Amino acid sequence: MFEKLSYLQLQEYWWFLVGLLGALFVFMTFVQGGQSMLHRVGKSEIQRDIIVNALGRKWELTFTSLVVFGGALFAAFPLFYATSFGGAYYVWMAILFCFIIQAVAYEYRKKPNNLFGERVYEAFLFINGTLGIILIGVALGTLFTGGNFVINEMNLSRWTTKTYGLEALLNFFNIAFGLMLFFVARVLGALFFIKSIDQKDIIKRSRTILRYESFIFLILFIYVVSAILTMDGYNYDPVTKVVNIESMKYLHNFLAMPIVSAMFILGAILFVIGIALGSLSKNENGIFYSGVGVVLVVLAIFLILGYNHTAYYPSLVDIQSSLTIENSSGSKYTLVTMSYVSLMVPFVVAYIVVVWRALSSKKIDEKEIKQDPHHY
Amino acid sequence: MEHLSLVDWSRAQFALTALYHWLFVPLTLGLTFIVAIMETIYVKTGDEWWKKTTKFWMGLLAINFAIGLATGIIMEFEFGTNWSNYSWIVGDIFGAPLAIEGIMAFFMESTFFAVMFFGWDKVSKKFHLLSTWLVAIGSNLSALWILVANGWMQHPVGMKFNPDTARNEMVNFWDVLFNPNAVSKFLHTISSGYVLASLFVISVSSWYLLKKREKEFAKRSMLVAASFGLLVSLFNLTTGDDSARNVAFNQPVKLAAMEGLYEGKKGADIVAFGILNPKKDIDNNESEFLVKFTIPYGLSLLTYHKKDAYIPGLKELVYGDKEHNIISAKEKIQKGKIALAALKEYKKAKKSGNEAKAKEALEKFEKNSKYLGYGYLKSEKEVIPPVAPTFYAFHTMVGLGTWFIILFALTLYYVMQDKIEQKRWFLRLSVLSLPLGYIAQESGWIVAEVGRQPWAIQDMLPVGMATSQIDTSAVMLTFWLFAALFTALLIAEVKIMTTQIKIGPKEA
Repeated sequence: MFEKLSYLQLQEYWWFLVGLLGALFVFMTFVQGGQSMLHRVGKSEIQRDIIVNALGRKWELTFTSLVVFGGALFAAFPLFYATSFGGAYYVWMAILFCFIIQAVAYEYRKKPNNLFGERVYEAFLFINGTLGIILIGVALGTLFTGGNFVINEMNLSRWTTKTYGLEALLNFFNIAFGLMLFFVARVLGALFFIKSIDQKDIIKRSRTILRYESFIFLILFIYVVSAILTMDGYNYDPVTKVVNIESMKYLHNFLAMPIVSAMFILGAILFVIGIALGSLSKNENGIFYSGVGVVLVVLAIFLILGYNHTAYYPSLVDIQSSLTIENSSGSKYTLVTMSYVSLMVPFVVAYIVVVWRALSSKKIDEKEIKQDPHHY
Repeated sequence: MEHLSLVDWSRAQFALTALYHWLFVPLTLGLTFIVAIMETIYVKTGDEWWKKTTKFWMGLLAINFAIGLATGIIMEFEFGTNWSNYSWIVGDIFGAPLAIEGIMAFFMESTFFAVMFFGWDKVSKKFHLLSTWLVAIGSNLSALWILVANGWMQHPVGMKFNPDTARNEMVNFWDVLFNPNAVSKFLHTISSGYVLASLFVISVSSWYLLKKREKEFAKRSMLVAASFGLLVSLFNLTTGDDSARNVAFNQPVKLAAMEGLYEGKKGADIVAFGILNPKKDIDNNESEFLVKFTIPYGLSLLTYHKKDAYIPGLKELVYGDKEHNIISAKEKIQKGKIALAALKEYKKAKKSGNEAKAKEALEKFEKNSKYLGYGYLKSEKEVIPPVAPTFYAFHTMVGLGTWFIILFALTLYYVMQDKIEQKRWFLRLSVLSLPLGYIAQESGWIVAEVGRQPWAIQDMLPVGMATSQIDTSAVMLTFWLFAALFTALLIAEVKIMTTQIKIGPKEA
């Protein structure tokens, strides 16, 4: 079945899947958003326990989404994997450190004799929820703003600045992108608490956070979208593959792909509806609207980055080294093989949904935490 | 340490993170199954006592699992961060198992792990049991895919070098999946994990019996663990034999290092115990060992099932041996350099549009491409891995593996005879054997990885060519950060684990 697709179609299919995984990961960062406001929303020990346990049943899925996102990039676009991870070394390493400390924090936080004490593990969760997400946002921002790399005739990459990715932190757009992602995570985190926790103080504080922080998010969102629509992009000739700079490339991409534009607009509307439901009404289902919304918006962003003859990872040093879905992908055989594997994805999503529903059938409350000796 | 180069620090960091990660993975691989067996007994018998036992071991599993995840995430991304040339040159083949691992195994593990811990009162008994088994299957499936990837690095198959992209590309997925090296590696590695988990349960239970507490719990746990352990350790022995035979066929230099065999011979002995002579080199006539006890013809018999089979030594593998059709490393390096030069010529001719010259260069390249990797080596002796660590690690692993079979058999016997409580010397020995289990685990990986040097991909890509081109100081910095963080987390894990064991199953 997949053998009949052209090489370019397979590359587009895999870019779509990578985008979808990235979008699902961003949705799942409600875990990080929730962690970042642990002490803001949870004012007593029992409240913090409730929050940690609500998030603790989901955190591994977020973690897994990130790992699979990385794995899919490795298999489908190995030149990006090699260039970005091997070049923007410090940024990726900092992100990984933020996720390493998260992985032990849930399990070890409440355990007796845990060496560091409860507060340190809570600090681990906070660092993961703030720095981890902001840095991921900065790294994603570089897909628009580019990196300092060159690729030689053997397709081996080399970073040209000794700051190995840290220079991305000096770019205003990247920082705004990172902060926007951070506030998306917090908005989703607050909506998740409203849906899954039965504790009135936590709900009240979550709704307050939504009211204020959704404004900060909106300001950042408007800035980032305006910047994307007006910035130069890197276009490549479909025949010669020569890369050139095109003014307002991403705006042109939106106009050239109306379905993607519709996806983006619908996603943004759904996201705002979710916020409105969570902050202005007693409705608890805002997470679904905002969740679907964020997936659509992020997926649309990935599609305008990689489709329509666009270099999705521009090189600031040598324009012809810029990465496109065509010059950075795996071979046709590997993409076909991996495409068969991708048929398992709906099955995976189905069992995740079944388990999620089974575990979330009842909201978490104080009683449950007090009764369960195994709680986080 | 200033003399260490980028590749040394990159290797050191990978070794550090891999060795830490492997302190936790085997226990997870085995304990998930032991817990699933215990829960099955609970569901079958309805005996609440088994539920309590299951929950206790499950609690310890969770502590171990968390740090396994923490140390695991870095492993995947390090291929990109520290081995970016590798990621491009073989990513087309290597990336696929990693992505499949994520889709097939990681989601299964993480989804059902939540049910296993938080679903006791939320889902039915049978659904919970199914979830526990799915965690066990998921974690073992994850091992399958990463070991397929590692097996491929030891014996690359199912691919072809594409001169246009300057990388190896997959041409047969099934060859990669059913690579004999990968199959035996997978079976040997997961069964070694089951051995460690059985040892863990027996050691903890022995400690309870020594302390004269949790007697019934300890004995029942020991019965499950010793039965499981004996079975899997015997299986581990056969898969180990299969693994060693694969090494003999595909990585003869590694086999020679594992056995300290400098000169090839027919009817080669196997070394049961030996102390290597540190002065020995392939160019001198020093004896290979200071002390050794050997089993006559053992190596020839085990590898080729023939008493007088020829096993090449390091000397023949470096300098060649016409009688046995062994090409010298020098010749391979020469051919490799021709292949590299031809590849460059090909790329240049292609760029300038000179098709005739490109064709000529391509023919030259293809004639020598089998030895492309050797073209990156500077001297013929580089093909010899560090002999001492490979030899000692191999013999430590085999010796300890044999001891574990005896330990499981004795435990089973004493438990079934209801004499285990009286055998206090044996209980002490069982407790002391737990660290030996970890030593055996790490030794196995030292044999596999140190014995493969200088190759990242056997005969194809040396480690020096596989690294990311970044400053050594950047890798040094992250090395020390990992060393500090992982050590701190390990101390925390051990403290938490021992505290939970001291609290005991009554609180479970």
